[in-house]
Amino acid sequence: MKVQLKIQRFDPATQDKPVWGNYVAEVEDNGRVLDALHYVKWYLDGTLALRRSCGHGVCGSDAMVINGVNRLACKVLCKTLDQPVTVEPIRGLKVEKDLIVDMEPFFAGYRAVQPWLVPDDTDPGGRERLQSPEERARYDDTTKCILCAACTTSCPIFWGDDTYVGPAAIVNAHRFIFDSRDAGDRERLEILSAREGAFRCRTTFNCTEACPRGIKVTEAIQEVKRTILYRKV
Amino acid sequence: MAVTYHQFDCVIVGAGGGGLRAALESSKRASTAVVTKLYPTRSHTGAAQGGMCAALANVEEDSWEWHTFDTVKGGDYLVDQDAAEIMCREAIDAVIELEHMGLPFNRTPDGRIDQRRFGGHTRNHGEAPVRRACYAADRTGHMILQTLFQQCVRNHVQFFNEWFVLDLILTDDNRCAGVVAYELKTGELHVLHAKSVLFATGGFGKFFRITSNAHTLTGDGPGMCLRRGIPLEDMEFFQFHPTGIYGLGILLSEAARGEGAILLNGEGERFMERYAPTIKDLAPRDMVSRAIYQEIAEGRGVGGKDFVHLDVRHLSREVLETKLPDITEFARLYLGVEPTTELVPIQPTAHYAMGGIPTDVGAQVVVDEANSPLPGLYAAGECACVSVHGANRLGTNSLLDIIVFGRRGGIQMAEHAAESELPPLPEDPAAGARDLLAGLLKRSVGGEGDERIAPLRKRLQDEMMADCGVVRTDESLGRVLGTIAELRERYGRAGVEDKGSAYNTELLEAVEMGFLLDLAEVTAVAARARTESRGGHYREDFPLRDDGYWMRHSLARRREDGTIELNYKPVTVTRYMPMERKY
Ligand SMILES: Cc1cc2nc3c(=O)[nH]c(=O)nc-3n(C[C@H](O)[C@H](O)[C@H](O)COP(=O)(O)OP(=O)(O)OC[C@H]3O[C@@H](n4cnc5c(N)ncnc54)[C@H](O)[C@@H]3O)c2cc1C
Ligand code: SF4
Ligand code: FES
Repeated sequence: MKVQLKIQRFDPATQDKPVWGNYVAEVEDNGRVLDALHYVKWYLDGTLALRRSCGHGVCGSDAMVINGVNRLACKVLCKTLDQPVTVEPIRGLKVEKDLIVDMEPFFAGYRAVQPWLVPDDTDPGGRERLQSPEERARYDDTTKCILCAACTTSCPIFWGDDTYVGPAAIVNAHRFIFDSRDAGDRERLEILSAREGAFRCRTTFNCTEACPRGIKVTEAIQEVKRTILYRKV
Repeated sequence: MAVTYHQFDCVIVGAGGGGLRAALESSKRASTAVVTKLYPTRSHTGAAQGGMCAALANVEEDSWEWHTFDTVKGGDYLVDQDAAEIMCREAIDAVIELEHMGLPFNRTPDGRIDQRRFGGHTRNHGEAPVRRACYAADRTGHMILQTLFQQCVRNHVQFFNEWFVLDLILTDDNRCAGVVAYELKTGELHVLHAKSVLFATGGFGKFFRITSNAHTLTGDGPGMCLRRGIPLEDMEFFQFHPTGIYGLGILLSEAARGEGAILLNGEGERFMERYAPTIKDLAPRDMVSRAIYQEIAEGRGVGGKDFVHLDVRHLSREVLETKLPDITEFARLYLGVEPTTELVPIQPTAHYAMGGIPTDVGAQVVVDEANSPLPGLYAAGECACVSVHGANRLGTNSLLDIIVFGRRGGIQMAEHAAESELPPLPEDPAAGARDLLAGLLKRSVGGEGDERIAPLRKRLQDEMMADCGVVRTDESLGRVLGTIAELRERYGRAGVEDKGSAYNTELLEAVEMGFLLDLAEVTAVAARARTESRGGHYREDFPLRDDGYWMRHSLARRREDGTIELNYKPVTVTRYMPMERKY
């Protein structure tokens, strides 16, 4: 099928501001937006810049704004979209070229919440620590995150202030706060209760709608807020 | 092009499971840089679904010795048995260690790591399937990648993200002295001068049309080695996974069959009962892929087409939602099929490179029939060939391989660095990389006789799929070699439209295409020479395994004039003599 595309193009080395590029791509009937972008890059205009790798929604490379909403280009079929399909870089991060943005502020937020297991003192010996299936299920949802930034860059608070750690960072903190094996709560919750932390969230639910992994992002943020309030760290 | 110089004890190329596991070891012991063309969490380890095997015996009796036997037999006896023993023995600690790092494995009711069945893994030397695969739903690789990355962040590992390594630097007396990298953001070149280098660049399935591999899996590490005169081992063995989504190649994990899914041909018959009466749908991948090929060739594909069905309809919703959620979603999204009520069209998909850069069990690269090491150079993960997978890798053994040999490589490279001086750099070490890029940048794409990369790549993928895939013959391999020669000539005239220096991904795709061509050629040459059928290498004109002559690893080296020279080295056999492979 033919797909009409309207892609935001910007090369800061040669342009002052972004322009729209119009293209017609040819893809299979079940073609993804990524296939259409590849068609443009491979056959029409090699200078189009985008990130991608896995091609099926697991590596988190290709979050972009597609017809106005944050999606992974490899996880949207063209046939489900109104044409022309508009494609823009995710918002709130500096555009480096075309659909490529500077992800560093996003990852800085991630690193800030200490996203790693802080084990308690008990020595598990040479065996695994025990964890019941129920305890494991408690944080299952937030282990799915692929750090694609679709949530964070759909958040109006983050657009206004990129010192806010953002939904993705809170999701990754949640993954440890609710892990029965983790003992790092004190510090992590302190960080999240600070000015840049969880209470900046105004529950607009944009993040939950944006998440390609179906993570209940807003709910996770609410659970973290509640924990900060009731656990009194 | 500006060149910046850096010095480290250790440089790790690649930040998938293999590279990150190595980095956790070497960074504790020596100054370490991890250089990666993708942001670490984008690596394809994150796509691994089904699990990682270790004989924990959490749910039923098991032993690492049985695991070793299965690995050797699954690899059709081309496995180096000393290496397989090490891997299967160390598997247990490797899994426990990942759990201690925080990996969220699924659990048994009593809180232990849960285990499930996987193809070719059996109890007591083939009696029946055994539950050996440790898993985190169907995103085990994702959890491994995330967990290792978390630990690297915690340990302040130094990353150079979106730096593309283009060349390996060797001294005149053949020691490793570092690598040359291209920084994607700026278009600048960097020389990373180092005592030890470890390649962990992953697979190279992108020379096939239907593949489960990422767009970026183009074999850069093995390609650079080949260009620097280092041979590649067992390149004729490439695994096709039986269950790729029809037309797209996206993987539907063997874990589905481990949980009870079955394969049906166009007549609705469970055909694997005929090919592997004991373990049926859980036979090793090479056998199942060939069986599918056979069914299709004999007209029993679905609707006369080139696919069969995966049936998961009888699995409970609970199993699908908690143990196989992602692949259930893939079927819904990409095929529009509802797996709880409908059959899922599948076809074999190019999945895993058994061959690669030859190493010993310490991940040190060895360069000849006598296994002589190349000082300072290491390789681990899918780009390496230890060889623990022989002619056919068992499911779950790659995640294991990257963890076990990534760890070993990280320790060894740091120890080597502690014992040695920085080797001298050759004059202008970036020259090779600079020329490569300059050539591509100089040529244009619009004019008479100019070539674009994409059509060349598509042609390579189509022809490799048709002529060097599940079934091969002398004729088909001769044909594909002809195509490769033609494509190589055209590649010499190919250029890029993007002449810019920031995020010039077109330029990198052009470089990657060069590596794909090199590796495709070596694969076809080695496959043509091997006049037998073993594991993932099936020759219709030589359908039997020939242990008398072919119990040996191939080593393919590129001569100065560009032609490929083949040599062979023996397989290490410790306790398992080759037997007929029946399941
Ligand atoms: C869909 C799928 C499912 C799988 N499921 C399983 C499973 O269930 N169990 C199992 O055991 N195995 C599985 N495998 C196989 C296994 O996942 C891989 O073999 C393994 O993860 C490879 O890891 P790696 O670290 O070697 O490479 P990768 O994770 O692929 O990482 C490669 C790294 O190298 C870097 N790199 C490459 N070239 C360059 C360059 N030129 N310069 C700089 N950096 C470079 C990349 O940036 C990347 O970081 C699966 C594979 C696929 C494709
Ligand atoms: S929570 Fe969802 S949208 Fe946000 S980074 Fe993770 S996967 Fe992406
Ligand atoms: S390319 Fe990996 S998520 Fe889209």
